[in-house]
Amino acid sequence: MSNFKVFMNGLVKENPTFVLLLGMCPTLGTTSSAFNGMSMGLATTAVLVFSNIIISLIKNVIPDMVRIPSFIVVIASLVTILQMVLQAYVPTVYESLGLFIPLIVVNCIILGRAEAFAAKNSAVSSLFDGLGMGLGFTWALTLLGATREFLGTGKIFDFTIFPEEYGMLLFVLAPGAFIALGYLLAIVNKIRKA
Amino acid sequence: MKKLKSTLPNMAIVLTLISVLAGGILAYVNSVTKGPIAQLKEKNLADGIKAVLNAQDLKVQDSKTLDAGDVLYITDKGTAVKTITNGFGGALTVLVGFDNDGNIQGYQVLEHAETPGLGAKAGDWFQKDAKGDIIGKNPGEKELTVSKDGGDVDAITASTITSRAFLLAINNAYKSFKNAEVAAPAIEEKTVSAEPATEETTNE
Repeated sequence: MSNFKVFMNGLVKENPTFVLLLGMCPTLGTTSSAFNGMSMGLATTAVLVFSNIIISLIKNVIPDMVRIPSFIVVIASLVTILQMVLQAYVPTVYESLGLFIPLIVVNCIILGRAEAFAAKNSAVSSLFDGLGMGLGFTWALTLLGATREFLGTGKIFDFTIFPEEYGMLLFVLAPGAFIALGYLLAIVNKIRKA
Repeated sequence: MKKLKSTLPNMAIVLTLISVLAGGILAYVNSVTKGPIAQLKEKNLADGIKAVLNAQDLKVQDSKTLDAGDVLYITDKGTAVKTITNGFGGALTVLVGFDNDGNIQGYQVLEHAETPGLGAKAGDWFQKDAKGDIIGKNPGEKELTVSKDGGDVDAITASTITSRAFLLAINNAYKSFKNAEVAAPAIEEKTVSAEPATEETTNE
C-alpha cells in the first residue's frame, strides 16, 4: 500500500470517528465548540504520529507478551509531555480541554493503531498512518463541534451567525452530542456509500 | 533484526529500559516547562487581583492563607480573596475584590466545572450592569442570596444551584476578609516597616 493510500485510509475510508467509531469519549466530551473539537483532534494527532513512529521503530526489541504495557508507557509519556507543553505555552487550549488531555492515553485510536499498524509496518508508513488517522479524527471532531456550536449558540469558531437567544442549548450539552453525532454519522455514511 | 523472544529476562529488561527512558525524558521536559507554567500562574493571579480590584497598578503588601483554605491578598487598593466552594459540577474557585469597607469591587471565576451554557455563565452574569449585578454590594450589610431564597440577586436562568454556590463563595470570602481585618492593625504596621519584604505585581 502506498503512503498516500495509507494517509487517505485514515482520513476517509477508515475514518476513526465516522467509520470505526473509535474514541467516542473525547469525541462526545470535547466537541462543545468547533475550536475545542479541533484542539482535541490536533492534540490527539500529535500523540498518534509520535507514538506510531516510536512504536514501529522499537517493535523488534519488544517481546510479544509485554507489548501492550510497553505501548502504554510510550503513549502515556508522550501524552504527559504534550500536557506539560500545552500548559506552559498554549494555556487557552490546556484550559478548554482540561481533563481530556490525560485521557488521550486511553484513547482506543492510539493503542489501536499501535497494535494494528505500527507494530507491523515501517516507521515511514506508520507516520502517514498516524497523520491520516489523526487528521481524520480532527476533521470529524471539528465538524461535530461546529455543528453543535452552531445549533447551540449560533456561532461557529466564535463567529456569530445568529443571536445566541435562538440557539438550542441542548446541543452544547451531552445529549446534543449524541444526537448531532448520530445525524452526522448517517449523513457521512450516506455520502461515503454514494 | 529478529524479534526478541518472550522469555522472562527479556521481558523484564525491555520493560525496565522503556520505563527508565520514558522517566528520564519526562523529567527533562518537566524541568524545561516548570518555569513557564509557574510564571503563567503567577501572572494570571496578578492580573486577576488587578481586575477584581479595578486598579491598573497596585502593590500586594501581604498574602496569607486562612484555615478554611481561603487566600487573602492584601494590597494598597483593597483586598482580594480567593475562595473555593462546591458548585453544581465540582469545585468553584472565585477571586473577589473588596475595598476597605467591604464593598465588592469585582470578581473573577478562576476555575469551575459548571454546565456550559448554563452555570458556566457565572463569569459574566454577576458582573457590573449584567442581570445579576453584585458589584458595589456589601455582604456585611446584607448577606447575598438569590431572589428565590428571599435575597435581591437574580440567579442565572436555570442554574440556581450554581448561583447559590457562587453567592456562598462571595459571602465566605467576605467572612474571611472580615476575620482577617480584626487582626489588621498588626499587619499594617508590619507592611509599613518591612518595605523590602513587599511584593510588587508586574505592571504589563
